[in-house]
Amino acid sequence: MDATSLNFKNNARGAIADDPLQKALAKLAVGFPLKRAQAAARLPEFEGLRDQARDIKNHVLENLDLYLEAYEEKVIASGGHVHWCATAADARETILKICQDAGAKTVTKSKSMISEEIAVNGFLEDNGIEPIETDLGEYIIQLRKEPPSHIIAPAIHLSKEQVAETFRNAHIDLAANRPLEEPRALLEEARGKLREKFLRADVGLTGANMLIAETGTNVLVTNEGNADLTNNLPRVHVVIASIEKIVPTLEDATTILRVLARSATGQEISVYTTFCTGPRRPDDLDGPEEYHVVLLDNGRTDMIGSEFHEMLRCIRCGACLNHCPIYKSIGGHAYGWVYSGPMGAVLIPNLIGMEDAQHLPNASTLCGKCESVCPMRIPLPKMLRKWRERQYRAEIGSKQVRWALHAWAWLAKRPKVYRYVMSLGIAMMGQFGGAGRFKSVPFAGGWTSKRDLAAPTGDTFISQYHKGARGDQSGELIRRKIMR
Amino acid sequence: MVDSPSPRVGLFATCLVDLMRPIVGFAAVKLLEDAGCTVSVPEAQTCCGQPAYNSGDNSDTIDIAKGVIATFEAFDYVVVPSGSCGGMISHHYPVLFEDDPEWKARAQAVADKTYELLAFLYDVLKVTPAAAFDGTVTYHDSCSGLRELNIKDQPRALLGNVTGLSLSEGNETETCCGFGGLFCVKYPDISEKMVDAKVADIVATGADTVLAGDLGCLMNIAGRLQRRGIPIQARHTAEVLAGMTAAPAIGEPMGPDNTHKVSKV
Repeated sequence: MDATSLNFKNNARGAIADDPLQKALAKLAVGFPLKRAQAAARLPEFEGLRDQARDIKNHVLENLDLYLEAYEEKVIASGGHVHWCATAADARETILKICQDAGAKTVTKSKSMISEEIAVNGFLEDNGIEPIETDLGEYIIQLRKEPPSHIIAPAIHLSKEQVAETFRNAHIDLAANRPLEEPRALLEEARGKLREKFLRADVGLTGANMLIAETGTNVLVTNEGNADLTNNLPRVHVVIASIEKIVPTLEDATTILRVLARSATGQEISVYTTFCTGPRRPDDLDGPEEYHVVLLDNGRTDMIGSEFHEMLRCIRCGACLNHCPIYKSIGGHAYGWVYSGPMGAVLIPNLIGMEDAQHLPNASTLCGKCESVCPMRIPLPKMLRKWRERQYRAEIGSKQVRWALHAWAWLAKRPKVYRYVMSLGIAMMGQFGGAGRFKSVPFAGGWTSKRDLAAPTGDTFISQYHKGARGDQSGELIRRKIMR
Repeated sequence: MVDSPSPRVGLFATCLVDLMRPIVGFAAVKLLEDAGCTVSVPEAQTCCGQPAYNSGDNSDTIDIAKGVIATFEAFDYVVVPSGSCGGMISHHYPVLFEDDPEWKARAQAVADKTYELLAFLYDVLKVTPAAAFDGTVTYHDSCSGLRELNIKDQPRALLGNVTGLSLSEGNETETCCGFGGLFCVKYPDISEKMVDAKVADIVATGADTVLAGDLGCLMNIAGRLQRRGIPIQARHTAEVLAGMTAAPAIGEPMGPDNTHKVSKV
């Protein structure tokens, strides 16, 4: 998709004015964080598991080449194929070729953020192959031609009324006056539509929550079971995954599974957790005849060893989105690309470029909530700062802000001049501050457009203090202190 | 109590307290002196450097940090009436000097003895000042204080000892108010949305005063409350603990002589 991240401010303004979106975000703001907190509280070892999960991925990233090769060997040994793709374009071409070789007309898909990242749907369509999203949320946004607004709940921005309208517009073969008020009715309708497509598909394209080096297995986590129908029913199963999805062993995979669903939705474990290893074996009752893994780099190896290295631990649980006050104010589309929230603000500049994504690392108060809930303990605020450092060095951003910062820093480094200038400024502001606060102040429109500005209350503290002033103790002070 | 009978404390007032609300500085001095500290307020202090640091300007940040370190390293403790600026000195300063062993050591030494005011009173000095305040307050956990310095129980324990004060907790005390330094002026629409959520949470507590340990958050919250005409006052927690609540709350009209009441001794 074309990124609109550069238009972030307008996107955000539009999102704040979007009532259905704001209602959806208000629900998300309460639901997911509460469920995560409850799930974490129910598991005494949860914090320890977060440490273990972090350590597993750190170890993988230190030895990524080794584990990737071990994984490839196992996939081949189980009868599968591995395709190494350096770029999104390589991955699209590879997937198309597999589909064409299979003579595919339709491809069913289970939810995959990597497939969004490489924009494979439009590419397949352009080449005469119909991709069909089978995750309910993805199915809805595919009908609406929208990108996901959340990495685990792609249609979270929509109300059920909007979904009903989307279905009425798309499913024109069904009775126009059918009742679609209840979520259950929407689910049944989508299920009916998708069931025939599952059976007809030639290729099933899934993502992977993890790739296990020990066994050459891909792990799929869903709540709808659609991934199982996607990987089992068609003749060919294609897995698209980025290289950092590797974990060494089955045991490591279970450790990460224990933090994944709890962090994402507050579930102990997702409804379906599927392990796929190679194509159907002679004695298997079902499964695909061909099994392909498309391994995508798309900038990941450049992140290794960089200040964004730790971002590669991300398991795409969405906890940082669910807890982010910025995400909860504007939703995912405002970020202007397929990822969003704090993980998106760190990752997107790596993928679409720092200039186009320049707002994302800045649109944060660095409040630290994301890091406090990240199951992989990714220091997201630190990395947002690293992007700001890079931008500063590259002179990206408002010239005025840069100039004002320089002037301020010049003063802050010269205490005597600083004291003189600030005392003058404070005295000037004080002349007009009798009401205690200002409704508007020249050059401070960013502040006073939304809130009053408290007026300074006299000379600076340090000046007053050094002239001998001390606190007023005429209030209700009790002159006694209790030693504990 | 601390080992030294009278610990020498350097007060880093913070630029916002210095410029916008001196009473917080006076309250800090009083609380520290009442607890037996010898307090100094070095004139050479300006700002901790966060505006530059959070804008990616590490070179200016390093210069400013060196000034703070040199000014404060002689004290037994550095005390800061702000979790944000306290966190900057104690958590971020050492990181700035990864490539400079000499300054890294000096930064770390200052970082190790730097405390946010309330945490210093409660955790280090182990004092609970006695004060009185007639009203229902709610407390906002500022992000840096909470998540960088683990300041959560200390202000509540200290406020619990204030006669006449009752604390009504919000549901979202740990959620950012939307200040974020330059964030609030660079992204005013998002900041407004966030501070409105904070205001709604504060209003729902029924409190007549909101307290916090950071003037940035407080000016943001007070400014929004006042813009919306909501008569809830905002104060730094130190003002309440020091009994300095005769002065107008943040952004409220000043006394007839156009200053807060501050007496010379």
